Amino acid sequence: MSSRKRPAKLILKDGSCFSGYSFGDSSIAAGEVVFNTGMVGYPETLTDPSYRGQILVMTYPLVGNYGVPGDTSVDGLLANFESERIHVRGLIVACNSDEYSHWAATRSLSEWMIEQGIPGIYGIDTRQLTKLLREHGTMLGKMIHDDQDIKFEDPLKTNLVKEVSVAEPVEYGRGKKRIVLVDCGTKNSIVRSFTRRGLSVLRCPWDYPISDERAAGIVISNGPGDPKMCKETIANVRVALSGDVPILGICLGSQILALAAGADTYKLKYGHRSQNQPCVETGTRRCYITSQNHSYAVDADTLPEDWREWFYNSNDGTNEGILHISRPLFGAQFHPEASPGPDDSEFLFDMFVRAMK
Amino acid sequence: MNRVKKVLILGSGAIRIGQAGEFDYSGSQSIKALKEEGIETVLVNPNIATIQTSEHLADKVYFLPIDAYFVEKVIEKERPDGILLGVGGQTALNVGLELAQSGVLKKHEVDILGTPIEAIQKSEDRDLFAKAVLEAGLHVPLSRAAASVDEALEFAEEIGYPVMCRIAYALGGLGSGVVHNTSELAQKVQSAFAFADQVLIEEYLLGWKEVEYEVVRDHCNNCIAVCSMENVDPMGIHTGESIVVAPVQTLTSRENFQLRAAAIKLIRHLGVIGECNVQFALDPASEDYKIIEVNARLSRSSALASKATGYPLAFVATKLALGKSLTELENSVTSVTSACFEPALDYIVLKYPRWDLQKFSNVNVNLGSEMKSVGEVMAIGRSYEEVLQKAIRMLDLGLKGLVCNDRMFDDLDRELSEPTEKRMFAIAEAMRMGYSVARIHELTHVNKWFLFKMKSIVDLAQSLKGHDLEGLPRELFKEAKQKGFSDQQIGHIIGSSEAAVRERRKSLEIIPCIKQIDTLAGEFPASANYLYLTYNGSEDDVETAGENHVVVLGGGAYRIGSSVEFDWCCVSTVITLKRLGYQTIMINCNPETVSTDYDICDRLYFDELSFERVLDIYEKESPGGVVVSMGGQVPNNLALRLHKTGVRILGTSPVDIDVAEDRHKFSRLLDELGVRQPEWEELTSIEEAQKFADAVGYPVLIRPSYVLSGAAMSIALAKDELKEYLIKASDVSMEHPVVISKFITGAKEIEIDAVANSGDVYCYAISEHVENAGVHSGDATMVLPPQRTYLETMRRIKKIAQEIAQALRITGPFNIQFIAKGNEVKVIECNLRASRSFPFVSKVFRTNFIDLATEIIMGKSVSKVVRSPFDLDYVGVKAPMFSFMRLKGSDPVLGVEMASTGEVACLGSDFKEAFLKSLISVGFKIPKKGIFLSTGPIESKAELLPSARMLFKMNFDLYATKGTADFLKTNGVEATILHWPLDEREPNALTYIADGKIDLVINIPKNIEKEELDNDYLIRRKAVDSGVALITDRQIAKRFVEAISDTSMDDLLVTSWDQYV
Repeated sequence: MSSRKRPAKLILKDGSCFSGYSFGDSSIAAGEVVFNTGMVGYPETLTDPSYRGQILVMTYPLVGNYGVPGDTSVDGLLANFESERIHVRGLIVACNSDEYSHWAATRSLSEWMIEQGIPGIYGIDTRQLTKLLREHGTMLGKMIHDDQDIKFEDPLKTNLVKEVSVAEPVEYGRGKKRIVLVDCGTKNSIVRSFTRRGLSVLRCPWDYPISDERAAGIVISNGPGDPKMCKETIANVRVALSGDVPILGICLGSQILALAAGADTYKLKYGHRSQNQPCVETGTRRCYITSQNHSYAVDADTLPEDWREWFYNSNDGTNEGILHISRPLFGAQFHPEASPGPDDSEFLFDMFVRAMK
Repeated sequence: MNRVKKVLILGSGAIRIGQAGEFDYSGSQSIKALKEEGIETVLVNPNIATIQTSEHLADKVYFLPIDAYFVEKVIEKERPDGILLGVGGQTALNVGLELAQSGVLKKHEVDILGTPIEAIQKSEDRDLFAKAVLEAGLHVPLSRAAASVDEALEFAEEIGYPVMCRIAYALGGLGSGVVHNTSELAQKVQSAFAFADQVLIEEYLLGWKEVEYEVVRDHCNNCIAVCSMENVDPMGIHTGESIVVAPVQTLTSRENFQLRAAAIKLIRHLGVIGECNVQFALDPASEDYKIIEVNARLSRSSALASKATGYPLAFVATKLALGKSLTELENSVTSVTSACFEPALDYIVLKYPRWDLQKFSNVNVNLGSEMKSVGEVMAIGRSYEEVLQKAIRMLDLGLKGLVCNDRMFDDLDRELSEPTEKRMFAIAEAMRMGYSVARIHELTHVNKWFLFKMKSIVDLAQSLKGHDLEGLPRELFKEAKQKGFSDQQIGHIIGSSEAAVRERRKSLEIIPCIKQIDTLAGEFPASANYLYLTYNGSEDDVETAGENHVVVLGGGAYRIGSSVEFDWCCVSTVITLKRLGYQTIMINCNPETVSTDYDICDRLYFDELSFERVLDIYEKESPGGVVVSMGGQVPNNLALRLHKTGVRILGTSPVDIDVAEDRHKFSRLLDELGVRQPEWEELTSIEEAQKFADAVGYPVLIRPSYVLSGAAMSIALAKDELKEYLIKASDVSMEHPVVISKFITGAKEIEIDAVANSGDVYCYAISEHVENAGVHSGDATMVLPPQRTYLETMRRIKKIAQEIAQALRITGPFNIQFIAKGNEVKVIECNLRASRSFPFVSKVFRTNFIDLATEIIMGKSVSKVVRSPFDLDYVGVKAPMFSFMRLKGSDPVLGVEMASTGEVACLGSDFKEAFLKSLISVGFKIPKKGIFLSTGPIESKAELLPSARMLFKMNFDLYATKGTADFLKTNGVEATILHWPLDEREPNALTYIADGKIDLVINIPKNIEKEELDNDYLIRRKAVDSGVALITDRQIAKRFVEAISDTSMDDLLVTSWDQYV
């Protein structure tokens, strides 16, 4: 084993250097370095389009234990993943397991990353790295080898949503009622959450003129980057707000909904990426443990007259959801579809479905 | 809910297999939580060595049995308005259920706080439980409750063998097990009905994964899953017997969150308020699962989960029981975030149980669904290899790690398929021999991922071979450390000393780093003082502590001979150090302890108590010094080596400690002082041994330095026995000498616990044993102040203690054990550290010996405590708790090897009252109808004749074996003759015991030590298996009969600790 180790490095914009060993693809990569504190679910996490452009650090040190499941498709979606491919630019872990054990696994994490051309580095003090990102905020970084280098690259300067959205509308499910899903980088589980409830889903490109489509409900999906980059989506949602179709925004979708309603958003120092974020429903003593993955947040103080803060984070007080006082318009900063994560907030889908005519 | 003002807390009593120190931890946290709310607390717990029964915690402490009778009396007296049942294990829960069902709680208007009684009943009654799980739409194994043998057999036939047989309301899976056929089942069910009214026959899930979740719910219906845990051992091995890791390692996200959701759904359905443990079996080949057990209370697993995550479950559960919501409470680790969250770990923990089965003869050593382990350790690290090897060393069994232990197995395949405590080493050996992972998995059902990781340890050991220290590449060296190899282990492989490896390692800058446990994986800044060391990291989380810090070394795994009493000593030391203005650093590795609760000290290192690791921490922290005298023998053994390396040891000098520890040096000292000890010699051949024994006279006590099999110590009554033992049990040679000493019979044993300052005794307590010398001091019943010791003997003991203290310049705690016959006193043992009885004497005297010792160790000027035994108007009696019931096959008899797993102590206005209270506390029942006597050799029969007469006069139905009955008859006492077990004739002693016609068995063994399965053994074993009180010691028998002859239950007063003055 030891003889096959290939040194690799993670260099951060501030000059810090973390040495480890290469696994997965042998290529090099640059992106925004973020950390996630979830302890399970790397196949789902890596394929979450919200990670587009990012180099992901796993704080849980043992990754790859149960391998990676196969590419089975159900109803046109990969059943075991959140999209068609890995979206992170690179993966940083403390220990990677080349040997895995699970009945559903068909390959190791490293093999899968090679298939998808994604580099990884293991043997890094991920806690030290996480603390640095926490103190400094998310930073640009690059994963390189001794014989190959690359420039830092800020993914937020490009329209990441455009990269991950579908090119043409796609229809899923055969239900009578139809959801129009604005795909800003949706996770497969959001689609499944509706088809499982007997609805059909029309998954549209991020800038699709949704008001032209017949819809019992509009869902604005999660996605990567800064919501303000999605000018077309914001404009389309603003039009939809003047209609009477119920709207649900999830994660980036909630931020877009807020922007369309007239509120503001801002970038968090190091975001929320984990499966244990406690969200309190405003005005109650109910708290839900949620799965999250976002860099930006809604500034609740800027919400217009008819909007309310629906949830807030009981750790740092940031906004976790918005609600219109009289109309079925909802935004959740967290992921009610979980995957990977706890299903505490799945009832949001039921609420939304009930709100549809 | 009305606001409660006064709460009664039930503890868990003596430490025993299946119920150990974890409940001291949960109870102590709970009391803290109650006090924080300004609530008055009343605690019932006879376990005097616990921290929860210390003066600084509960407002009122009752050292009384935890049973419905006494608890009702306490309720009548104290009139609490609330009761907590969830922090005292199964014992407290069972008593609470009984009091609720009999209407006592209602009558006295005592509210059950937290999880309501209906929910507890559902979680405890096997049938109701299965029903509740199905109602919630979740899965349980096919099962049915049976109230008779026939019912059980019928259902087993229906679902097909093998089946799992479980017993309702049983702590630690007592009596449960896998059954393969009709006759096995009939036998198991029969014996189960001796102490339960119900058994559960269940589908057996061979090879399934066993996974646990610790879930919490508040009255607002908020639920969180604080910790997930995965057993390395598959289903079929009790979770208390399993190696357990947290968080789960081999589950996908979907599996993990599916089980989390099921656990939460279930506790919502049950209506749990507080903490609950849910155990699952998960199919290794699909996402199918079954809920196999629920504990709606704090448990061993919850204590482990608290330590694994830093989330104080017992504290939070208590607050929730008082009506708080999770959202109101704060995360006590970060102090800025909420308690309503699920900890994210950025490390892995591994729990490894410790067994002491070699102390018992005839015991079944196979692991199964019943618990046999007596303690556990927990290792924290950042790779599986690291935590596994750390944990193995923490057990303190002389193991170097997973590899390098030179263990041999006669039948490796059997070791793999029929697991014993050696299973992990059998796996490593199989790997070394070339067994494939697939083959090992087939034999053991251990998940391959764990096996791959073990293989990487075995492989690494191979690749280290062939290198010498200088030539060992840094990369490989570092990888070995990252995979948990100790310096000693590496030295063993490459042929180098531990010291040389350490030096080379440091010169290569391979140094472990300090990491914090902060519950949020670094997401938020935490002022956490909960630390561990790892080689899988490159940065320390904390700065050097420095001069004003004092390190206290803990006691490690609970085991026979070292338990909660040393934890009490450590915690008391830390508290006193804080009071004196020092900052404290605690090092310990036992998740069941209070000393590893990060809020008791300034820094907690949850790590190995090894020379290497203690030195690592010392070098990192540069503290003012290290206290080694509080954690029992484990830190004591490190003292000299640490001292020689330049570590500043506080208190008695390690050089002097060594004089007491080294048999030869100590003997020389006693000779110089003119103090006698039983004759002994260290011998290297059988001939020499026999010559010595002939000279001093039999019986002799044999202590081999190397044990082949069986117990370490033994007594030989005659020449052939000595020879037989030396050939069979020990490889006596120049290399492995054996120590033989004169065994004095019919003598009393007396102990002194004391604290000295530069050789001057500052306080002391003398206690006597009820049993004669020959019973291990840890198994003896101790009385304070002595009731039957001559004044002259006491005076001599005090004088000798003073002389030894002077000679060894003792500064701190020490204990000396004496043997006394007539007025002659001999020293049998001396320990320059706190002893097992320090909490007992401290609490009976109401003088904290440890507090005083700590002040002295730190050089504070203190005055002597003058407390004569005559100042006490009451008596304290400490009684041992045995766990023979769980150790199937073991001979429940007392000997020179310690066998008890715990102890209790009660106070009374005289010996009899205190004695009976403490016997009831360890499970004795005062006999009401039948007593069986088989009183051993003739001198013993004669000695017990007055007792038999008393029992006869008290109108008990007396039964006896023929010899005893004949003897009694000639002396005017009538007893029904019962046949010996091996006679296989009715009326037979075994049948009468099994049928419940007998409440007390007095069986005095004929020989002091005899190994074979004989009649006496069968009678003793039957008594234990049937839950009938058993006395095997003459002195105890006499004193017990005397006590019951004139002391009734009404004479056992319900008096709180503070009322004894």
